[in-house]
Amino acid sequence: MSSNDTQPADVNHPEGAQIKREERLAAPNLPADDPANSYAAAIKDAAIAALLAGVLGFFFLAIRTDIAPGGLEVTTRWALWIISMIVVFGGRLAISLFFRGGKAKGAGNKVVSAVAVPGLGTWLGRILFAFAVILPFFFVYFFPGRDRQFIDLAILIMTYIMLGWGLNIVVGLAGLLDLGYVAFYAVGAYSFALLATHFDFIGFWIALPLAGILAAFWGMILGFPVLRLRGDYLAIVTLAFGEIIRVVLLNWYEFTGGPDGVSGIPKPTLFGLEFTRGEGGFADFFGLEYDSIQRFIFLYYIIFILAIATNLITMRLRKMPIGRAWEALREDEIACRSLGINTTNTKLTAFSTGAMFGGLAGSFFATRQGFISPESFTFLESAIILAIVVLGGLGSQIGVVIASIVMIGGIELLRNLDFLQAIFGSNFDPTQYRMLIFGLAMVLIMVWKPRGLISSRNPSAIYKEKKAIGADMVAQGEGH
Amino acid sequence: MSETSAPLLSVSGVETYYGNIVALRGVDIDVHRGEIVTLIGANGAGKSTLMMTICGNPRARHGQIVYDGTDISAMPTHEIMRLGIAQSPEGRRIFPRMTVMENLQMGAQLVDDKYFDDDVKRVFDLFPRLKERQVQRGGTLSGGEQQMLAIGRALMSRPKLLLLDEPSLGLAPLIVRQIFDIIGDLNKNEGLTVFLVEQNAFHALKLAHRGHVMVNGKITMSGTGAELLKREEVRAAYLEGGKH
Repeated sequence: MSSNDTQPADVNHPEGAQIKREERLAAPNLPADDPANSYAAAIKDAAIAALLAGVLGFFFLAIRTDIAPGGLEVTTRWALWIISMIVVFGGRLAISLFFRGGKAKGAGNKVVSAVAVPGLGTWLGRILFAFAVILPFFFVYFFPGRDRQFIDLAILIMTYIMLGWGLNIVVGLAGLLDLGYVAFYAVGAYSFALLATHFDFIGFWIALPLAGILAAFWGMILGFPVLRLRGDYLAIVTLAFGEIIRVVLLNWYEFTGGPDGVSGIPKPTLFGLEFTRGEGGFADFFGLEYDSIQRFIFLYYIIFILAIATNLITMRLRKMPIGRAWEALREDEIACRSLGINTTNTKLTAFSTGAMFGGLAGSFFATRQGFISPESFTFLESAIILAIVVLGGLGSQIGVVIASIVMIGGIELLRNLDFLQAIFGSNFDPTQYRMLIFGLAMVLIMVWKPRGLISSRNPSAIYKEKKAIGADMVAQGEGH
Repeated sequence: MSETSAPLLSVSGVETYYGNIVALRGVDIDVHRGEIVTLIGANGAGKSTLMMTICGNPRARHGQIVYDGTDISAMPTHEIMRLGIAQSPEGRRIFPRMTVMENLQMGAQLVDDKYFDDDVKRVFDLFPRLKERQVQRGGTLSGGEQQMLAIGRALMSRPKLLLLDEPSLGLAPLIVRQIFDIIGDLNKNEGLTVFLVEQNAFHALKLAHRGHVMVNGKITMSGTGAELLKREEVRAAYLEGGKH
C-alpha cells in the first residue's frame, strides 16, 4: 500500500504558481464583496433548487393517480407543480440572501475547508431530512388510497438506510470488508423474537437495547479471529460467519424453530398504548378514529429515529479519537500502530459498533414483520447492504441514503412498470427483468462514478489560528 | 551528553529473522540523550529491519532492546510508541485520504488535548508549507511535503526519541537539505534525540554526532560522523558519485 499513488505529477511547481493556486482554492470561501456577484449566485442557486423541486415533485404533484372504476385514472395538476417550484425558488432565494449573507461576513476570518464541497451535499441532506420528517403525513394526505403501501416502502428504505449506516462504520470508516453483516441483523432479530416469545414481560423497548448489546457482543466474537486479516481474506471469513449464523438458525430446531421461524412477535407500543381497535388502544386514548395506518406511521417514526440516532452517533464518533483511528486504520494499519494506536481494540470497536446498529435494525425488523425465519437473512441481504454502502461512496452518510432510495425504491418501482407492456407486448413481465435492470444500473453507476455517488469526504478537523502565542512555546520543544 | 549515563535507547545482540532468513545478526547500538545517531548502509543491509525491530514489528528473536530503563523487546508496538518514541516510517506512510490537519491529529492521539494547538503551531512553524496545505488531503501532497508531514506527525506525539527511516527517499536534493537542516535544528534547539536510518550517507554523517555502518545485518564500522566521513572504506562504498 503505497502512499505515493495519488501523488500529482507536478511535484515542484514554482512558488508563484502555488500562490495563485492557493488563492484559487480560497476564493469560493471568501465573503462575496461584490453584491451583484452574490445576487447572481443566489439566483442561480435558487433556480437549481426550484429545478430539483420540480424533478422531485413531478410524480407527486404534477401527476396524481386516483382509483377509478376499471383501474387507475391519471389527473394532471400542472398549476400546483409550477406553484410549488415558484415557492421553492422564492424561499431558497430568501434564505441565501438573508441568512447565508449574514453568516458569511461573520465566518470570513475563519479558515474554511477548500477541498470539500459543502453546498449541495448539506442542502440535499437537509431537504431529505425535512421530507423524511413529514413523509407519512405527506403520503396520507396526497395518496390516501396507497398510503399504506408507500409508508411501508419508506419503512423498508429507512431500515436499509440504518443498516447501510451501520455497515458504513465497518466498511466505509474502518475499511474492514464485511460480507456477513446480515448475521448481526439476524442476531438482533432473533434476540428480540426469542426473548419476547419466551418472556411475556419483555416488549420491544426492553428488547431493543438487549438486542443491540447481544449483536455488539457477536461483533466482538467475529472480530477476535479475524483481527489479523485484511481485504479478501477478511471478506471470506465474514462471509462464512454470516452463513454459519444462518445455518445454525436453520438447524437448531428446538431453540429457533428452524425453517418454521418464530411467529407471534409482539408489536411495539407507545408507552404501553397498543395500536389496536377499541378500548385502551392508541386511537381510543387520544380520541382519534382508529385507522390501521396509525401503526405504520408509528413504525415509520421508530425506524426514522433509530436511523437518525445511528447517523448522529456515527458523525460524532468520526470527530472523536476512536472515529479518527478507524479512518486511519483504513488508510494505513502500520502507520496506525507506529502512532501508538491499539489496532486490535480499534478493529473490535468498529466491528461491535457496526454490529450493534445491525442488531437494533434487526429487532425493528422482527417487530415490524411479526414473524421471522432464516430465509430473511441470506447472503443476498448482506450483498444488498454492502452494495448500498459501496454505491453511496464508502464513508459517505448521505450517499447511503441516496443509494438506499435508488436501490430499494428502485426495485419496488420496477415492480410497477406496467406501462412497459405497452411497448414490449402484453407478455412482458417487468418483474422478471428487474434484477437485470438493477444489475445494469449498478454497473453504470460504477462506470460513471467508480468511487460511489458521493466520493468526497468532509474533513473532521479544521485549524483555527490562535492569536496569542504562548510564552512557553520554546520550552515545550523538550516534549517530556 | 555524557557517555557514562545510561543510554536512552540501547540495542544489544539483536537478531531478527524473516521466517528462516536472517536479517539482523547481533546488532549493538546505543543512542544517548540529545544525540543524533545515524545508521547507514546499502539496500537490504537491514537498516529498516532494525528500525522496525525497535518498534516491535518484527520482533527480535534474540537480544535485548532497552528504552529509558524499560525492556521493550517483547512489548506490542502500540505500547512501545506510548513510551515516548515516535517514528517517521519508511515510505512516509501518511494517511492519504485524510487532510494534513487530520494527519497531525492522528499523531497527537496519545497527547493531552490541551497541548494540541501549541503543537500544531510548532509543526507549522517548522514546516510552513504544511500550514499552506492544511486542508489538502495527504495523498495530494508532493513527496517532500509528505515527508514533512510524516515528521510533523511524529513530532505531534511529543517524543523523547525520534526514529527517522530514510527521510531523503525520493526527494530533490534541495528538499533533502531543508529537511536535514530542520532535524539538526530540532536537536540543537530542543535537545531532541534522533535515530536516523539513511542511504544518503553524506548528509546523514554530516548531521549526526555518531554513525554506524551496516552491511548484511551487521555493524561493520562505528565512529563519530566526521570520522566516518573521512574513512576510505566509507567514501568508497557509500559516497561514490560525489557529494549529493
